[in-house]
Amino acid sequence: MAMAKMPAVKLRAAKTPAVKRENSRGYRTFQIFNALILTGVVVVTLYPFATIVAQSFSSDTAINAGHVNVVPHGFNLTTYKKVMSDSAFWTNYRNTVLYTVVATAISMVLTTCYAYVLSKRHLKGRKFLIGVALFTMFFNGGLIPNYVLVADLGLRNSIWAIVLPNAVSVFNLLVMKAFFENMPDELEEAAAVDGLSTYGTLGRIVLPLSKAVLATMVLFYAVSFWNSWFSAFLYMDRSDLFPVTVYLRNLIAGATGGADQGTASDTALQIGANIQSVTIVLTVIPILTVYPFIQRYFVSGVMLGAVKG
Amino acid sequence: MSLTRTVDPPPRAERARPVKARRLTWRRALRRDWQLYSLAVLPVAFFVVFRYLPMIGNVIAFRRYVPGGSLFGEKWVGLRYFKMFMQDPAFWHVFGNTLILGGVTLLFTFPLPIMLALLLNEVRSAKLKRFVQSVSYLPHFLSIVVVAGLIMQLLSVNGAVNQGLHALGHDPIPFLQQPGWFRAIYVSSEAWQGVGWGTILYLAALTTIDNQLYEQARIDGAGRWRQTWHVTLPGIRPTMMTLLILNIGTFMAVGFEKILLLYNPLTYPTADVIPTYLYRVGVVSGSFSYGAAIGLFESVIGLFLVVAANRISRRAVGTGLW
Repeated sequence: MAMAKMPAVKLRAAKTPAVKRENSRGYRTFQIFNALILTGVVVVTLYPFATIVAQSFSSDTAINAGHVNVVPHGFNLTTYKKVMSDSAFWTNYRNTVLYTVVATAISMVLTTCYAYVLSKRHLKGRKFLIGVALFTMFFNGGLIPNYVLVADLGLRNSIWAIVLPNAVSVFNLLVMKAFFENMPDELEEAAAVDGLSTYGTLGRIVLPLSKAVLATMVLFYAVSFWNSWFSAFLYMDRSDLFPVTVYLRNLIAGATGGADQGTASDTALQIGANIQSVTIVLTVIPILTVYPFIQRYFVSGVMLGAVKG
Repeated sequence: MSLTRTVDPPPRAERARPVKARRLTWRRALRRDWQLYSLAVLPVAFFVVFRYLPMIGNVIAFRRYVPGGSLFGEKWVGLRYFKMFMQDPAFWHVFGNTLILGGVTLLFTFPLPIMLALLLNEVRSAKLKRFVQSVSYLPHFLSIVVVAGLIMQLLSVNGAVNQGLHALGHDPIPFLQQPGWFRAIYVSSEAWQGVGWGTILYLAALTTIDNQLYEQARIDGAGRWRQTWHVTLPGIRPTMMTLLILNIGTFMAVGFEKILLLYNPLTYPTADVIPTYLYRVGVVSGSFSYGAAIGLFESVIGLFLVVAANRISRRAVGTGLW
């Protein structure tokens, strides 16, 4: 599925068009406007981060007086010290790391196995197996039946409530399937001649040649698990099990417990804006540090997924 | 003038190979490929348990469910829960909200990436282009909780936006407490988060447009605007249609998690949508069957929308998801 009739494209950013673009005065004016608009896009994108960082270094009183914009006012590190000395924050942060690692590992195993199976064109029943996955993209059970199921299986307040219901992303599955399909058949035929079993071929021939796509998939899963909060919010009510996103959610919603009404209200103001800002910064930092390195993998992953599967 | 290009599929070795006429029976297939099938067991189990079981679990919309009782409810009650929400004015209120919010979101978040992609495509400095791209993808990688936190800080009474208003001599506005602002806030945050990421597929499609077409258009005397209109836009039309269908399919789901984080009883009049409403009646108040009925109604509409959009798209432009 996905992008019908969209040719596979190599994604090496910004190839300058081979057409010599004319240099009329109108076009030059346009170029200037274009540069201004794009600068505007950059500024608008980064501005909220700048204010949060500025707030995280500022005192609560300066923020409440409306003095803090993109420059910290009353620069200090006490808020960072305060948040980082909160043991609940670290417990939740550790949970996030643990959930992300375990969930990503399980997702990778399931997705890789299934994608490999689906990539074998000769396999009887392949269409059906693909359909099993594809249909779930367009129709899902919905919140309540999922909730009832997880509760019934006794997964509440355990890591499995986060890991299992989201173990396979159909989009990622299609990306990997497309990648495996593009591998030359000869390789695997040679492996079969050498007497390797299917498992052996997958483990010793195919996977070592798929490092790029595997890395991409790990990143896709890891970022989505790192960022997720709703499963934990829904299925957990012990605060020592929360991931850091739920910690942050309770901070900004001014809530104290887990399974409350889920409303963000005025009471959010009770927790200092500086503390909220610091928690936001600390939650985002891991993503921001790896972002420059992982970004292009994401882009190429999206492209792979766009090839008709 | 027809400018859409067709791409021939690469010739596949197996297509050239003459096919043996003998039909492959399941027994033979299993004997030959049992190792492959064995690899599919766990993933299929996942889909059955966590995707298809909940679909079947929707029967509790027609049955009375008792917490702690059977997954599939206790006894049939027919369309009782459907009648209940059909007669519930609160449901129709959130239904209307969902349509409005989904519609406005689609109206803004669908064309914006196209415009940005077209602008980026005109940038001649590769470095500048890459820089703008990198920055604009960034918000896509943030947790919704973080985005909600950023919005709350920006819009707080002492936040950056109100500082600007103050400088203009305006009284501070408690944006998140006023129903009149909610849609604007929600849609702008969706645009902020998604516009850059949304350009990826368009930019890729743009690089595949044949330069000869531009050459030709110029010989025909087309200026830059007309080149964009007659060459560029038709060139990315299949991508546009595909993304439009996908967007329409998620129309009813709206950004449930973000709304849940941003709304509050004061903004319910505009912010409360079907998913948040069913979350409150289903999970929070524990009316599981009632919630499931609403959810099923919503999923069916969603499925109907994708199918309809796909059909229209195939009719109109000859491209669809399937």
